[in-house]
Amino acid sequence: MAHAVTMNEVERYENQLTPGWGKLMMWVFLCSDAMSFAGLLAAYGAVRLGSSNWPVPSEKLDVPLTALNTFILICSSVTMVKALSAIRHGDRKGFLGWLAATMTGGASFLGIQAYEWTHLIHEGMTIQGNPWGVSTLFGATFFILTGFHGCHVLSGVIYLFCIFVRGAQGAYGDENYSPVEIAGLYWHFVDLIWILVFTFVYLIS
Amino acid sequence: MSNKTDDHAEPNYWMVWLALAILTAVELLVARAPGPKSFVVFSLCALALAKAALVALYFMHLKFEKYALILIVMSPLLLSAIMYIGLVPDAITHLHWLPH
Repeated sequence: MAHAVTMNEVERYENQLTPGWGKLMMWVFLCSDAMSFAGLLAAYGAVRLGSSNWPVPSEKLDVPLTALNTFILICSSVTMVKALSAIRHGDRKGFLGWLAATMTGGASFLGIQAYEWTHLIHEGMTIQGNPWGVSTLFGATFFILTGFHGCHVLSGVIYLFCIFVRGAQGAYGDENYSPVEIAGLYWHFVDLIWILVFTFVYLIS
Repeated sequence: MSNKTDDHAEPNYWMVWLALAILTAVELLVARAPGPKSFVVFSLCALALAKAALVALYFMHLKFEKYALILIVMSPLLLSAIMYIGLVPDAITHLHWLPH
């Protein structure tokens, strides 16, 4: 016979899973987002393996510049965990400083990527083709993968800016830092995905 | 709202950062290294997965999460693996760049 679920039972199961629903929901979102990227990377791999005239990426793309961009994103992940660490210890000034550094890293990443895109488009590489006589899907997969990731970075910078504004208003402290932790999860995920995109799109020849 | 449920020793984030930076440098060296292409590709994939694991375990604090949450987070990996395995038969027929 069915019985009404009491609040205690709900909390018992919630506590077995995670400290809070917000964090769990962010993880669930990240899992679904990971599948989006997995699908794109799988399609990229299948298209690339099936092409007889795929170019050597390092001959067409600026690998050193993108390596620098990768390093910037890795640094922004460290500044993000330092921001979380600061607010966990009640250091609001340190939190805002590290968060500002994280946003600067994200904005720098976007700026460098915009420069790279502009350079490639001026060379004639578009989503529909390229002037080098190599697979037309080279440009399509490059722009879709890096563009989809770039949208995530842009969303992340906006998200962090909202957290920054709320933090500056005193919304977070050593007893209330869950929104910062959740935003951090998103930011690190963006970093994690870029690590894979950088390897598969830029480094593997 | 309190978050005092996730009290754990804070990892040395700068060491993780250093490891990520070194692994990125190693990736750049491996990508230019002469040798069997399949070995280079395998090494690059392994290095990328190691870096991704470092980010997930220490920056996303997955190492310190509850077991049930870790299982939930691992589910996309399993599904992705199934998807990639499903693509293998087709991919093998197109491996034109490997020496025959």
